[in-house]
Order: sequence, then structure tokens, then C-alpha cells
Amino acid sequence: MSAFALPGASLLLLAWLLAAAASLKRRRWAALGGLLVCAAGALLAVAYLLAGAPAATLTLPIGMPGLPMTLALDGLSGFFLLLLMLVGAAACAAALGERQPPATAPCLPVFLAAMGLCLLAGDGFTLVLGFELMSLASFVLVLSHPGEAEVQRAALLYLGMALFGAACLIPALALLGGWNAPFAVLRGHPPEGWRAMAVLALVLLGAGSKAGLAPLHVWLPPAHSNAPGPASALMSGAMTKVALYALIRLLFDLCGPQPMWWAVPLLVAGAASAVLGALRANMENDIKAVLACSTIENIGLITIGLGLALAARAADMLPLAGLALGAALLHVMAHGLFKALLFLGAGATQHGAGTRHLDRLGGLIHRMPVTTAAMLAGAACLAALPPSSGFAGEWALFQAVIAGPRVGGLGMQVLICVVAAMMALAVALAAAAAVRLIGIGYLGRPRTPRCAAADEAGPPMRWALLGLVAASLLVGLFPGAVLGLARPALGLLAGGMVPLRDAGLVLAPGSGVPGYVPLAVAVLLALAGGLVWWLARRVSVQGHRSAPAWDCGFGEPPAWLPFGDPATQYSGAGFSQPLRRTLGSGVLGAHETVDMPAPGQTRAASLMVALHDPAERWIFEAIGRWRDSLSGLADRMQFLTIRRTLSVMVTVLVVFLALVAIMEQR
Amino acid sequence: MSLLADLLLALAAQVLHVALLVAAAPVLVGVVRLVKARLLGRTGPPVLQPWRDLLRLLRKQPVVAENASWLFHAAPSAHLAAILAAAALVPSFALGMASAPFADLLVIGGLLALARVILALAGMEIGSRFGGIGASREMTYAAFAEPALLLVIFTLALMVGTTNLDAIALTLREGLVGLRVSLGLALIAMIAIALAETGRMPVDNPASHLEVTMVHEAMVLEYSGRHLAMIELAGALKLLLWLSLIATIFVPFGIARAGALPLWWLGGLAAWVAKIGVLALALSGFETAIAKMRVFRVPEFLGVAVLLAVLAVVLLFVSQGFA
Repeated sequence: MSAFALPGASLLLLAWLLAAAASLKRRRWAALGGLLVCAAGALLAVAYLLAGAPAATLTLPIGMPGLPMTLALDGLSGFFLLLLMLVGAAACAAALGERQPPATAPCLPVFLAAMGLCLLAGDGFTLVLGFELMSLASFVLVLSHPGEAEVQRAALLYLGMALFGAACLIPALALLGGWNAPFAVLRGHPPEGWRAMAVLALVLLGAGSKAGLAPLHVWLPPAHSNAPGPASALMSGAMTKVALYALIRLLFDLCGPQPMWWAVPLLVAGAASAVLGALRANMENDIKAVLACSTIENIGLITIGLGLALAARAADMLPLAGLALGAALLHVMAHGLFKALLFLGAGATQHGAGTRHLDRLGGLIHRMPVTTAAMLAGAACLAALPPSSGFAGEWALFQAVIAGPRVGGLGMQVLICVVAAMMALAVALAAAAAVRLIGIGYLGRPRTPRCAAADEAGPPMRWALLGLVAASLLVGLFPGAVLGLARPALGLLAGGMVPLRDAGLVLAPGSGVPGYVPLAVAVLLALAGGLVWWLARRVSVQGHRSAPAWDCGFGEPPAWLPFGDPATQYSGAGFSQPLRRTLGSGVLGAHETVDMPAPGQTRAASLMVALHDPAERWIFEAIGRWRDSLSGLADRMQFLTIRRTLSVMVTVLVVFLALVAIMEQR
Repeated sequence: MSLLADLLLALAAQVLHVALLVAAAPVLVGVVRLVKARLLGRTGPPVLQPWRDLLRLLRKQPVVAENASWLFHAAPSAHLAAILAAAALVPSFALGMASAPFADLLVIGGLLALARVILALAGMEIGSRFGGIGASREMTYAAFAEPALLLVIFTLALMVGTTNLDAIALTLREGLVGLRVSLGLALIAMIAIALAETGRMPVDNPASHLEVTMVHEAMVLEYSGRHLAMIELAGALKLLLWLSLIATIFVPFGIARAGALPLWWLGGLAAWVAKIGVLALALSGFETAIAKMRVFRVPEFLGVAVLLAVLAVVLLFVSQGFA
């Protein structure tokens, strides 16, 4: 069976491309074909992982002249393929419900195939090809509704970052020893010295920017929030994970053992992303931007796990490396599923209520009960509440961090302690963001008439949401099973050590150590709930009386405002005010401008809130300034007098001749 | 046979523990109120007054806002269930109860977070501004309390090697760790966290009747009758849970083993009552002596807790050359 896994997976890539070709004629084929391929692929991936994931390679008869492309499959790519298939199936099922698929529909299966190619790549050329095809397909998907200037700006920034990623990954692969040599060859020659350092920096910049690691995360919220629902679910749930896969493949697998300080940039970037993403998730007013910022946070958490694994491997503590890597992979699966769920739910919300803006939503729990319930389940994962999948992943990551100081070195230990505090801060901030998202967007009273008349999502979307809720629930209750599927990958990268006990229902940081038993916690909660419910029935009077909201005697709303004055409800900006003042002003440079009319004036008062992401200020705006000054310089060169032009040319000529002379000398 | 007996004893201890906590929680609130009143020179209500209030509320039909959804109706039960589940994991008179294998400190923190999120969502359900204020502030405080709590857990896990509460209490009771500065710093941080989490002075005023100054009370403003009774009971349970947690970790002496003869349980019970009594007296005295903080001072207060906990961890690294 396992001999057929790689040819089968290659055929799936081909089938996606066929679906894309068919959808040029009938757009619906894109989602339908994608769904069928994903379902088959998920089964294939599970079977392959359960069979122990024997490594296989396949040389394709296509590629650059004289250099055929190589495909490879092992435990690591199998695990990520499974996630891709699950998220892809849900996204395609949701896309089936679109009454009028956008003109960009054929790009959906192409996007899936590109991510699959990236995961199956067996050489550098194929990896970069998949990576860039993935960027290009998702760039087109972002432009599905290109009417607004905001969408075009987001897509342009996204394309720029994708090119930047390629510009980093290609030299990184070249430094690894030939960017079209098969990985099996590269593995034999791990880089050393300055080459290793350059590879680390380039991979972190190239793959990290695609995954949304700080400080190159700025493109992510606008791109993910402007793509249509299924595409954004794929981008956040699967594409960021494919970027992490490239990071793991290049840094863990191909670079071999490296010194301990390699972990430091990963830990620092991970902790910074976690806090920055979670804090920004509290400030954004667009529900999809909130979710995108929380993606940055979760990518940061996973990267912390990866950094710890690198440090532990450098210290020859393979059990700890296995623990950290296993925790990271578990959270990859958990986050991929629940973030896809939340993005699909946000897409359904936008479709049903006509807006993504928090301050124009509200009260959707009455009009969109299924979507709201799905969003609640997703928000519980986002807030890492037991027994959800988010809690299982973050519990394992915390165990890795708590065991981290054993790698030794006071500096490293203090760094890990600070990282632990920042992780906890990020998790608590994510919980606040989840409460804000649900509380403002889905509970309370409607804030606009359009939202008061919102429509529930259609059956395909509802099934996609419920499927993802069920998958998240399973991951939350049986995280050990997920780790069992990750076992081949851990064996590959952490020397076969799997200290996270995956037998049975216990998730524990080692054998013989007490751990986390999600099923027991769920049963305990159910028992407590049943006890409360039974006692309330026995002891208390039944039924209730309906009345206008008490609201400290505020009084009933006037007749022309059937849901009350929307302005008397808490707004998104109001909810985040304490966090904005305490943390936002320092980290995000948030400041408020209050325009209060003098007594006697009848114009409205206004409160303006401005945010400035530090990465935007220090990197992107700086690049913009350099570009301006460079183009100013070039502009001046254009209008030089003929004498000056000639003297510039002569100077350049002399300098080059001098250079040639010096080179000849050496 | 003895395995079965052990299991039965552990289960019996667990059931007794939960019943004890539920019965004692409102009494604890009554004691704190009475002592505070006496310290202020008032006569104060009887100790059993909170229980009477609960029974009175249970007899009343709740009045529910017209635009309430299922979430508003389900939230009080779910909140109480989450707190109850967390309370079942924190030992009172005996270690080694049936829940001991999964009584993880991170899980307890997670269950408390679950209860907090449920109540914050319920506060926003009706769409009244006080619910919004309360939910927003509660989540903000939690954002500062959580890092401190995690660092305290980090400190304990570094010393004991696990995050399991039962194992930690067992190790600390045997005195294998000894007296450490880190433990003291962690205790101070833990007390600050407990004050914030249970909504006591100086973070929140449990006796406040002015809406804009409230945090917890603002969230539950729309609740009445049986719903309110559940929330009040949950609040009392949470206070008892935090005091028990502090007592179990930092003063683990006198706790019985669930596997031991039930006669020993009585000794554990007496020790637990004494510890909780002392903590309750200290809480009453502290609350009488101190004034409530401005909302934006609370993050600074909790920031100090975070710094103390960081110090506790770093001291551990330095002192034992942890490797």
C-alpha cells in the first residue's frame, strides 16, 4: 500500500489541475473537484501515516533541461498533507455553496495543487516552484472582488512579499548546496559557518514572512481579510502551515544539527509575533482581520515550539526536542482546523449580514444560530479553553517551555522564562480577542438594519462548519491520536524520540508522569453541568418571565429604534480601550484623539483611535522612504548637464577598470 | 482487592470534597463579611446569610430580558459547572483523590478561564453597556494575571518537575524542596493573582453598588432569581478554590492521603479549616485596611506580580544552577 502513496499523491496534484481546467468551462467544477480530491487525499494521508510513513522519492520526467523534478514523501510531508486535505475539503465544501462562483474560481484547485507540490517537493527547484505558484494562485484569489482600492493595495503588498520570499528562499537553497539538487543529496552536506548563518537568516525571512512571523507580518491581515471566505480559510489554515513546513524542512531536516544559538531568533521572533498578533487582534475592527492577527499569534506560538526543539537538539536532549516538536505539530493541526473554521464562519457572516465590520454587526445569534454556534466553538479553541483543541496544543507547548530550561545556559534559561511569560500574555490576550469577537459581533443587539435581517448560511457552508467543529473536537479530545499521526515526523527529526505519550487518552510530557486527560476533563465538566442542571430542576422554581432589559433602569428604546440605540451598546473600540491604553500605547503606538464640542454646541463629539504597528513604522515605511530618496536621486541623474553626465560615466569606467586591475592582481 | 478499595476511597474522598466545598463556600463568604463588618464596628450579618440569600434567590423566578438567547439562559449553569470542575481538582482535606491524575495546574487555570469567558459573553449577551464594561475589564485583568499565574506554575514545575497539583503538594509536603526565596516570591504573586481573579479589593469591590465601579457585578447585572443564585454560588466557590489552592501549594501540611483511613481525613479537614480560616481572616483585614484602585492602576498591581514571579524563576536558575 505504502508503495502507491507517492504516485497516488502525485495523481491527486494532477487531478486538482484537471479540476481547475474543467472549471474554466463550468466554474462549479473547481469546488466540486477540489472537494473530491481532498477527500481522497485525506484518506490516503491517514493510511500512509498509519502505515509508518516509509520515505519514498519519485523522479518526474519534467523539469528544467537536464534536471528532472523530484517528488518525495515522508512522515513530515504526510502530516502536513493531511492538514492540507482536511482544510481543503472544508474550504471546497463551503465554496460549493456560492451561488455565483467568482471568476477566479479555477485558482482554488490550483492553489491546493501548489500547496501539495510544495509539501511533496523533493528538491529545491520543486519547493520554490510550489511556493511561488501557491503565492501567485492566492494572489489571484485575494483579487476575487477587486472593486475596492483596499483590496488592490492588500493584493499588491501581498505580491511584493511573495517575491521577497522567493528572493530569500532561492539563495538559501543555493547556499545549502545547489538549489535543484534532490534533498537526499543536500542532507549529506549540512552547511557550516557563515553559510549556515546565511541559510538561517534567509529561511527565516523567506518562509517566516510567508507564515506571518514578526516583523514581516504586516501583509497578512489585509491579504487574509480581503480574500473570499474559502480562500482565506485556506490561506490562514493551510498556507501559513505550508510555510512552516518549508521552515522545518530546511532548518531541521536539511541543515542537520546546529549550535544552540540557532534557537534564539526563532524564540524571539515567535514570542514577538505571539504578543503582537494577539494584541492587534484586540484592536482590529474587521472580524477577518481579528482572525488574521490571531493567526500571527498562533504561528508565533508554534515557532516558539520549533525554537525549543532546535535548542534541545543542539543540547543533545532528544526527548525534549521530541516534546517541543510534537507540541508544535499538534498545535499546527489544531490551529489549522480551528482557524479554517473561524474564517469560513466569518465568510458566512459577511455573506449573511453584509459586512465584516464589528461595529455594524451584533445579535447574529438569533438570525444565524448555526454560524454563531460554530464561531463559538472556534472562539473556544482560539481562547485555548479546555477541552478544546487549542487548549491541547497550547498545553503541550507550555509543557515544552516549562521543560525548556534543562537545555542549560543561564542566558537561554532567562530567555525561555521571558518567552513563557509572553506566551501566557498572548494566550490571555487571545481570550480577550475571542470574547470581543463573539460578544460584539454575534451577541447583543443588531447595530444595523441589514444585520438585523441577516440570513443563515446555506447548507454546504453549514456542513463545512459542522465538519470542522467535529474535527476540532476530535483533536481536542484525542490529541494523542494526532501525535500518533505525527510520530513518523518526530522519528525523522528528533531521532525517534516521542516523549509525549500518545498511547491512550493521556497527553503527558514523558512516560510515568501525570499529564492532561482531555476526555476526563470533558467528562468532569459534563458531570458538573449535569449536577447543576439536576439540582436547579429539583430545588428551584421553573420557568422565567420576559421583560425589557433592566440595564440599570435605562428605559425602553423609542419606537423608531426597535433594537435600541446601537450607540448605547459597547463597541469594538470601547471593548479594547483598557488594553489599548495599558499595552497598546506602548507596543502599537495607539493614541486617541477626542474632539469634544464646547458646551452649547450641538455637533457630535468624536473619538479617533490610531494604531501604528511597529513593523510597519520601522521596516515598511523606512523602505518606502529609501525608495523615495533613491528615485529622487535617479531623478536628479536624469537632468544632469551633458558635462556632468560624461564625467559620471568616465568615473564609473575608471572605477570598474581599477576593480578589474585589482582582481587580476590577486 | 486493595486496588479496588483504594479506588473506592479515592472516589469517596472526591465526592466528599465536592460536597464540602459547595457547602462551605457561602459560609466562607459569610465569615469574611462578618469579620469585615466587625472590624468596621458594625454588627454584620450572620455567617449563614449568604446561604439564606441563595435559597431565597432559588425560590424566585428569574426575569429575563426579551432579547436574550439560549446563551444567556445556559451561561450561569455552564459558569458554575466550570468552576465546580476546577474546584473538584483542587484538594481540600486529602491528596490522591480520584481526580488527582489529571489535576493539572494548567488545566485548573484553563477551567477558570473557561468560566470567565462564559460569564463575559453572558455579560455582553443583552447588549447593555454595563455588561460591556464588566466584560472588557475582566478580560483585561485576566491578560495581566495570566502571565503571573503561568510564571508561578513555571516556578513550581521547575522545583518539582511536573505541573500536576497533587504531585506538587506531595513533594512540597515532604519538605523535599525546603524553604526557598522563590517560593516566597511565588506566594506573594499568587496572592495578588487570587485577589484579581476573585474580584476582591483592591482590584474590585465585592460590596460595591455603584455600577461604574464594578467589574464582576457589572457583568451579571441582568441576572436574577435562580440564574443569579448560580452565579453567586460560583463566585463563592471561586474564592474558596483560590484560598484552597494557596493553602495546598504553600502550606501543604496536615493534608491526609485519600488512601489512608477515613479517620485521618478528619485531621486533614481540621487542618484545612484552620488554614482557610486564617486566610479568610487575613483577607478580611486586608480588605478593611486598603482602598480600591483605579481601573488603570490594576495592570500595574498585576505587573508587580509578574515581575515577582519572573524574579522567582530567575532566582531558581541562579541558585541551583538548574540544568
